[in-house]
Amino acid sequence: MPAGKWFRELGFRHIVGVIAVLYSAFPIIYILSAALNPNIKTTLTGANSMFSDVSVENFTELSDTMFWTWLGNTLIIGVATAIGTVLMGAASAYAFSRYRFQGRKMTLMSLMVIQMFPQLLTFVAIFLLLNTLGDVIPALGIDSKIALIAVYWGGALGANTFLMYGFFNSIPIELDEAAKIDGASHTQIYWTIIMPLVIPILAVVGLLSFISAFNDFILSRTILTSQENWTLAVGMNLWVGGNEKNWDWFAAGSIIAALPILLLFLFLQKYIVSGLTGGAVKG
Amino acid sequence: MTIQSDASKERADRRKDRRKRDSQATAWGPGFIIKLILMGAVNALGIYIIFTAFGVGSLTLGIGMILLLIAVNWIYFSRRTLALKYLAPGLVFLLIFQAFTIVYTGYIAFTNYGHQHTLDKSGAINSLLLQNNSKRVEGSPQYPLVVVERDGNIGFAIIDQEGALKVGADEEPFAEVDGTITDNSITEVDGWDILSSSEMGQRQSEIFDLRVLLSDDAEEGAIGTQSGTVGYQFVSTLSYDDASDTMTNTETGEVYAANDETGFFENEDGDRLGVGWRVNVGFDNFREGFSDDRYAQPFLKVLIWNVLFALFSVLTTFLLGMFLAIVMNDERLKGRRFYRTIMLLPYAFPSFMTAFLFAGMMNRNYGFFNEIIGAAIPWLTDPTMAKVSVLLVNLWMGFPYMFLIVTGALQSIPGELTQAAKIDGASTLQVWRNVTLPQLMISLTPLLISSFAFNFNNFNLIYMLNQGGPRMSDASVPVGHTDILISMVYKIAGLTGEALPNYGLAAAMSLVIFLIVGSVSLYSFRKSNSLEGLN
Repeated sequence: MPAGKWFRELGFRHIVGVIAVLYSAFPIIYILSAALNPNIKTTLTGANSMFSDVSVENFTELSDTMFWTWLGNTLIIGVATAIGTVLMGAASAYAFSRYRFQGRKMTLMSLMVIQMFPQLLTFVAIFLLLNTLGDVIPALGIDSKIALIAVYWGGALGANTFLMYGFFNSIPIELDEAAKIDGASHTQIYWTIIMPLVIPILAVVGLLSFISAFNDFILSRTILTSQENWTLAVGMNLWVGGNEKNWDWFAAGSIIAALPILLLFLFLQKYIVSGLTGGAVKG
Repeated sequence: MTIQSDASKERADRRKDRRKRDSQATAWGPGFIIKLILMGAVNALGIYIIFTAFGVGSLTLGIGMILLLIAVNWIYFSRRTLALKYLAPGLVFLLIFQAFTIVYTGYIAFTNYGHQHTLDKSGAINSLLLQNNSKRVEGSPQYPLVVVERDGNIGFAIIDQEGALKVGADEEPFAEVDGTITDNSITEVDGWDILSSSEMGQRQSEIFDLRVLLSDDAEEGAIGTQSGTVGYQFVSTLSYDDASDTMTNTETGEVYAANDETGFFENEDGDRLGVGWRVNVGFDNFREGFSDDRYAQPFLKVLIWNVLFALFSVLTTFLLGMFLAIVMNDERLKGRRFYRTIMLLPYAFPSFMTAFLFAGMMNRNYGFFNEIIGAAIPWLTDPTMAKVSVLLVNLWMGFPYMFLIVTGALQSIPGELTQAAKIDGASTLQVWRNVTLPQLMISLTPLLISSFAFNFNNFNLIYMLNQGGPRMSDASVPVGHTDILISMVYKIAGLTGEALPNYGLAAAMSLVIFLIVGSVSLYSFRKSNSLEGLN
């Protein structure tokens, strides 16, 4: 291929690609350099000359803070939310996809409508509801991680049924019928035949609900009142969101906290691309 | 007997047989055992909640739980509820934590719930009587007393007339507890720590102000202390008269009548007692949001910016994402996977951290951007520039999502279509405009709508980047130039203690947001016919 034609067909694509890569990666490289820089404290100034000074001081400082507690809380809440969301969402998507029951269309429509009312808009009502519930069941009251997880589970159907429903529909119903003829029970069909086939969408929904729990600020800030129960979004807001600035902690903490998600994302990339095209939005 | 009825009987038998086999309710397999155990646990928990609910007098919750438990048991032990068996767990959580809270938000929007109005009427009366417990009852008995502490809250422990040890605290009337009394003084209280005199010195005013009710009925009076060692009985300077529904100040004789429209006790001059109760205020909250000078002006500004922000967010991220997707969509391109993987990074980086990170980099004095350019651009401090900055940060966060979905949609456009157009003599640009783009938009429109809805409420970006700032100097409420409705609602609700809570107004504004987002989504979904897939 002559050089001119090569450039017109492919070369310019590489130029665009390189620029896009620089644009995408740059802020993350910057925060990495800040995390490794012992000179930053209340401003990020020290990090502007990137990688000029490298140490792990910022990371060791984290043990003097509540960081690890918050990270633990975030992971517990995120994982519990993801598992519950996947199980409940998959079960309901299966029911809508496979059974023709009375009120099916109406239920689907109501889910559609409810889905349009974002849960975070109801934070006042959630706060007051948990206040009342807490008088009876302290585990479901204000400042309880279980309560927060239950609230997130409340959004499991609304946010995900449609995404999963489409995927379940793409699995031929003949599979179920064949298994039924072979004598499998409903439970067996669901767990051993259908579920393995829909793993891609389960992975996507699980990851997205983990991320949205990870990122949530309003609900966790409203529900979790004591520092020991805080999540990272609430805690790190205290570090750099207010008047006090602790950029050294923030930089190091964000590298550690973002790592698992980044890895999961890269690992599940293939599924995410197909899942997102089915209709999810970053939370 | 005819052959036909024989056959139909046989069919009926077969159906019955199959139903029997199908239903887990009749098969004693391992699945059924697991179900029994799970249902046992659910029932045990449910019954526990029911008893506690009735125990603390929460009737609504108790009855609700009974109904819920019956429904759940019916669903899992009946044979005719197959689909519900799959739906029930999700539905239970959905009904309580989403459907109910939406309805409840609607209810709160029409009340004056908030600062001075957090209680119901009987609660407000009790609280008023307790707060005004400032008059010591002449000649009333004295109680040996110690100040105790638990989880940072102080309370009183006393020995009552019968010699029993009792403990109480704020909102917790005296109740008997175990402990040790030596020589008519309290030396140990179970579950509480007795404060030393130095600790008492530090919390002096708190101790003098504390009144602990003798019983649930506030009119019986309360115990207070002036020394920390002896308790006296105090009664309220207010007295409530049930029949006339008035409060009378026993010292001045002033009468305050209950006003069920404002939720306050008011005297003839319009003076109010400090604690009120929740009342229905009709459309007042909405009126306040749209016509009260304090809110209307900023609210309108915020609303316009909110719509523009959501539109531009979708537009900018979509354009960049689509451009990159098209450029990268060539199978001959080497390193395509590498490019794509790196471009995913912003999407995977947690959004609140992105916002903080850019807030640091956009700092006017120390930020990376200004230092590199050598300028002093007011990225986040100038109203217009702050809006541009918000969109720039959002572009970085949001373009990978658009890149992904456009890439996905491009794969589903059949190659023959573009080829045919080319053979017919269309130029590359024509093919793109008349074939590719319309095809793309069919599959992408629903995603762009939900992206609009998401960005309309993109709280994290707005709040974490700049807290909605810079603040509007002419507004009397704490609203900034980049605030969107949801962040404004968050500030108004006052749950974090930055402002006086106004739940009613916040709920009303939530409803307005819902109406906007809901109708835009519904209209566009209808338009794009994407609801047809439900059938």
